[in-house]
This record gives sequence, C-alpha cells and structure tokens, in this order.
Amino acid sequence: MADYLPLTGAIDLTSAPKARPLVLEVLHGWVTTVDHKKIGLMYIGYALVFLVIAGLEAVAMRLQLAVPHNSLVSPQVFNRLFTMHGTTMVFFVGMPILFGFGNYLIPLMLGARDMAFPRLNAFSFWIAAFGGLLLYFSFLGGDGLYGAGTAPDVGWFAYAPLTAKVFSPGHSTDYWTLGILLSGVGTIGTALNIVTTIIAMRCPGMELSRMPLLVWLYFITCCIVFVAVGPLTAAQIMLSIDRYLGGHFFDTQAGGSAVLWMHFFWIFGHPEVYILVLPAFGFANEIIPVFSRKAIFGYPAMVAATVAIGFISLSVWAHHMFTVGLGPGANTFFTLATMIIAVPTGIKIFNWIATLSGGNIHFTVAMMFCVAFLFQFLVAGLTGIMLSASPFDWQLSGSYFVVAHFHYVLVGAILFTIFAAFYYWFPKMSGRMLDETLGKWHFWLFLVGFHLTFDFMHIPGVLGMPRRIYTYEFDRGWGIWNLIVSSGVIFQVVAIGCFVFNLLRSYAKGRIAGPDPWDAWTLEWSTESPPPVYNFATIPTVQSRRPLWDLKHPEDPDSNYEM
Amino acid sequence: MSTISTTLPEPSWTLPSRGLVGMVCLIVAESAVFIIFVVAYIFYLGKSISGPTPHDVLEVPVIGPICLLSSSLTVYLAVAALRKNKVRPCSFWLAATVLLGGIFLAGTAREWYQLIYQHGLTIRTNLFGTTFYSLVGLHATHVVVGLIMLTLALVLALLGRVSEANAERLDVLSLYWHFVDAVWVVVFSVVYILGR
Repeated sequence: MADYLPLTGAIDLTSAPKARPLVLEVLHGWVTTVDHKKIGLMYIGYALVFLVIAGLEAVAMRLQLAVPHNSLVSPQVFNRLFTMHGTTMVFFVGMPILFGFGNYLIPLMLGARDMAFPRLNAFSFWIAAFGGLLLYFSFLGGDGLYGAGTAPDVGWFAYAPLTAKVFSPGHSTDYWTLGILLSGVGTIGTALNIVTTIIAMRCPGMELSRMPLLVWLYFITCCIVFVAVGPLTAAQIMLSIDRYLGGHFFDTQAGGSAVLWMHFFWIFGHPEVYILVLPAFGFANEIIPVFSRKAIFGYPAMVAATVAIGFISLSVWAHHMFTVGLGPGANTFFTLATMIIAVPTGIKIFNWIATLSGGNIHFTVAMMFCVAFLFQFLVAGLTGIMLSASPFDWQLSGSYFVVAHFHYVLVGAILFTIFAAFYYWFPKMSGRMLDETLGKWHFWLFLVGFHLTFDFMHIPGVLGMPRRIYTYEFDRGWGIWNLIVSSGVIFQVVAIGCFVFNLLRSYAKGRIAGPDPWDAWTLEWSTESPPPVYNFATIPTVQSRRPLWDLKHPEDPDSNYEM
Repeated sequence: MSTISTTLPEPSWTLPSRGLVGMVCLIVAESAVFIIFVVAYIFYLGKSISGPTPHDVLEVPVIGPICLLSSSLTVYLAVAALRKNKVRPCSFWLAATVLLGGIFLAGTAREWYQLIYQHGLTIRTNLFGTTFYSLVGLHATHVVVGLIMLTLALVLALLGRVSEANAERLDVLSLYWHFVDAVWVVVFSVVYILGR
C-alpha cells in the first residue's frame, strides 16, 4: 500500500493501538452480525456443541446395550435418548454444520463480498438455533400439565399415532414439532439465500461452468431443500393442528391415516440424506484434487451426476416403507428407483478414484479422512443396494442392520468429510494450522472406533436384533456383538476429545497459516486468513475453474484447456 | 485501487436480480408446502366417517375468486405504472389491489361464519373440516401476508416515498401476489369443483 502514497512517511501507517474490546462488545458483535463468515462460524460452533450433546446420548445408549439385561437407563429414558440423538444429529448437527461451511465458503469461492441477503442469513441462523434450544428446553418444560414425559420419546420420525395427544400427553412432542418447524424455516431461508447468492452474486467471469464443484453441490442441495423441507414443514403444521386444534390428519380413530404421515415424513426424510451427503461430496471434491495435485477428473460428469441424484432422490422415499405393504407396483418402482440412484453415485466414486490415479498424493489429515470416506461410502452404498431390494428389506427393516447402514453413511461418509473439511479450512477460518500429529491420532482412533462400532453392528441386525430396544435376553447370541460395538465407542470418544483439544489448542497457538497453506486453486485462498470483513479488496475476475492456478502459472493457464 | 478498470475485461457481466431469484426460490418452497396440503385434501376426500360432507355444505364462491384473480391484473398495472415513474396511477392500482384482496378475505370470512354457525363444521368435526380449514386457511394466511405488504407499499406510495427506483421491489412483491392467485386456482379447483 505504501507505494501508492504520494509522500512516503507523510502519513503514519502504524495503526493506533486498539484497546482490548470488552466481552460484552464482542458478544454484541456476534449477536448482531450479518457477516456471512461470522454466521458460518456460529453455525459450526452451534453444531459442534450439539454434536457433543447428541454424541453423549449415543454413548449412554451404547453403555446400556453393551451387555444383556442391563439396567443403566430405564426404558422410558432409552426412548428419549434415541429420539433426541436422532433428531439432534439430523436437524441440529448435520444441517447446521453443512450450512455453516456453505455460508462461510460459498461467497469466498464465488468472489463475492457477502451472501445475497445478509439479514435473512442472520435470521435463518437464529431461528434454527432457537429451534435447537426449544427441543432441549423440553427437558425442563416437557412435563406440561399432565406430568407425563419430559423429552420427546416418539423416535426421530415420530410415526402416527404415537404422536397423538392420547399416546403423547404433555408437551414433549410439541417441543419436538416446534423445534423442527423452526429448524425447517431457518433451513429454507438459508437455502434460498445460498441459491440466490450462487445465481446473482458471482464475480465477473465466474460462469456456472467455472464454479468450484463444492458450490455446484450446495446449489443442488439447496434446490432439494426447497422441495423436501417444505413437505416436512407442512407435515409438522398438520401435526400441530391435530395436537392443538383437535384436527384429524393422523387420527386413525376419525378415519385419518397413519401411513400418510409416513409418506409425508419420508418425502422429506430420504432427500434429507442427500441434503446431508451432497455438501460432504462437495468437501471431497475440493480436498481430493488439491492433495492429488491434479484438477478434478470429469467436472461436467460430476455436475451431471449431482443433478441426477437430486432428481432421483425425490422418487425413492417409500423404500423406508416396504414393510407397510404398498403393493407390488409401488414396491417395484421404489426398488428400481433406489437402485438407479447408485449409478450417478458410482460415477462420482469413479471420478474421485480417477482424480487420485496418477496424482502426487499428499497424505495430510484432511486427505486421509477423504480416502477413508471413499471406502466407507462405497460400503454404505453397497448395503444400501441390499436394502433397496424389497424382499431383502422385509427381512431386515427395523433391525440393527438398517441402523448400521445409515450410520455408515452419516458417520463413515458425512462425518469423515466434515472432519476433512475442518482440517482443510480451519487455517482459512482461524489463520492458524490444525496440528497434524494430533490430527493423525484423531484420524486413526476414530477410524478404529468407527469400524469396531459400525462394521460389527451389521451382525446383530442380521441375527434379528430390532432397533430401539432398550435391552435384550442372554440367550439371543447378540451379547458379544453388542459388546464389540460398544467398545468402539471408547475409541470414538477419545478421538473426538483429540479433535476438540486440537481445535482449541491450535486456535490459541497453532502455526500461522498464511493465505494459502495448501497451494490450492480456488478463490477463498486468494485472500488473507482469516479473510477481512469485505473478503476481497477488489472483486476478482476469473478465467477458468482454477483461478489461483492461472495466477501462479501464467505460462500455462487452465483457460487454455477449458473451452 | 485506481487501476480497478483493468480488472474488468468483461464489462457485459450481468446477473439476474437478487430479489427475483429469491422470490422464485421462496415460491418453489411454498409450492411444496401447498402440494402436501392439497394431497392431504384429495387423499381424505370422502374418508370422513361423519358428516357434513363437502356436497352438503360448500357453495361455489363467485365474487371472491373473481376479485382475487382481477387483483393480479391491478397489481401488474401498478408495477407497470411505477416503471414509467407514474406514482399516482401506481397508488391507485395498489389501492385497487388491496381492496380486491380485502373483498376476497371478507368472502372467505363470511363462508367460514356460515359453515361454523349454520352447518356446525369446525376444524375438529371431521376429516373434511380438518383438511378444508387447513388448506383454505393456509391460502388465506398467504393472502393476509400479501395484503399487509401491499398496504405497506400503498402507504409509502401515498406518503410520496416511492419512485421508479423501487419498481423492481414492487415487481418482486407482485410476483408473490401472482403466486397467491395461482395457488387459489388450484385450491378452488380441488375444493369447489373436484371435491364437491
């Protein structure tokens, strides 16, 4: 900057010493902020808190199930634990953490200074955050007038007629409904904001075909949010009408249908899986090429596969309902649709492998998590294809095989890439590197714990152990498997401890990262770490998918090859 | 920073307006909500285990729908006037829109009053009551929200705070209003034609 000044030394360039801001001032800054980066960080922090809470609920359940005839928790508490664990992990961990990264990264990757609607962004965050608080307030307020029940205990998909006033007296189910309703409103608001940002806020030259794949995946994700979260919101409104105004939507006594709730819930519920997994794919799409030192293989195929997943994901929901007895026509349709979705997903896996192939692979912690993700996601997909065959599903629906399958997706694929994203983007967000040694401890411990828990969880499922039971008899032959499954939890808890410790310690005294520690290619690495409030001093202009490559290698820019 | 002109080799870089894109997204999400309520209404047609049935109590409204559909035209005229910076015609057409929307709501209120007090149909009477009041009520809620925003625009226009520069915002609002009208076409067809 000094070069531009008319007379060197005429102006004092040293900034005035700033007084350390008061805690209240800092707090006020965070509460009133509309900056996409701060909101993104609040999303992530909020999700991490709930990750620990919901994780502890899972630990309690695994302790209870470790041995037969255990009486650590009562059946009622067990019901609340699995309800709260599932609801929290999906609505108040998965979606906020992914939206947090999206909020933080998308404007930076597009060369924009903020999201399209900054105030809507803050509104969406706070409304979703209060949804989570409302859900957990049920521990205090769920008793209602009847003194029955505290936290909701109807399961995360809350099948009718369990949620009817007769079977769920008190207010616990209302807290569940309202918490999800609020989360849904916030989710739609953020999705709307992200789509608008992507369409209307790109920097010059950032054509749709030049956007980073992460941005593309968030774009499709948010389009799915519109058509999937809307029905969930509608269903929650109907449930509230039933519970508060005496309506009969899901009241089987008055001719209402319990199956209709299942349809409405899973019309949301299955696309939700893709809402969670597509951003996770997005992380892999950014991290794998950078640490293979190659451009992503098959960019257009990746985009096309994502769009295909988006469409097909809307027509697979009833594979959660094969045991209802939908009839041969519906069973066949949903079996086929579910199997077909494996095709675009397979295309993605092939593209990632092709990106790795022949690359100069750097096994940083972020990359290790991504490689583990590839294998685990493949296994999760294979058990998914098994379950998509309706006759097979009739045998195993509602068993621990299903629990193992979807945890393989949610933990083995999504959580692993989220960890990768932390190791990859933490330097950008904080200005400091996460410690790689601690990170490797985190990775290996979590890998061992994950496989102990979720590989062996398939077996009691095949042996007939139903999900959601609070204990089981000695003579079932499930004891040893459950003990192994529970023992994996110890490794996972220690690993998460390493991770949290790593976050805190590196934030305080990690190695200074600099703007571009990974020698990466997308625009977020062109600005300081952490980026200034305005992101870019001058709005950048891009000519290819890897603008920073062009900048670093002017003799051989990507734009020569991307016609 | 004076060299900023060299960083803009593509001067023709234009993107769609944020407001319109945002509103289209909102409309897509809202459509999903309405579709679920419409599906529930159709699914429960004839499944009530006690009366009254739609055939017994529903009358096809005439004035309300005509008013609501015409209000799409008036709000369009309001936007068109503002685009030419004619604030007074714009205020006139906005007032007409609010009036027509108000008549529609009054019609709905009268219909509900008759249903509740003459036919004894409430939201808890039977499945028809539950689905009817939910679907029509959800739509009416959207009408109310639209009317609040249109009234706000009207008041600002009357106070002289509206100019051509606001035409795009009014356009976004009119898009919402057209959506509310389009939803009514679906609700009307399902409830009063298909459902009777």
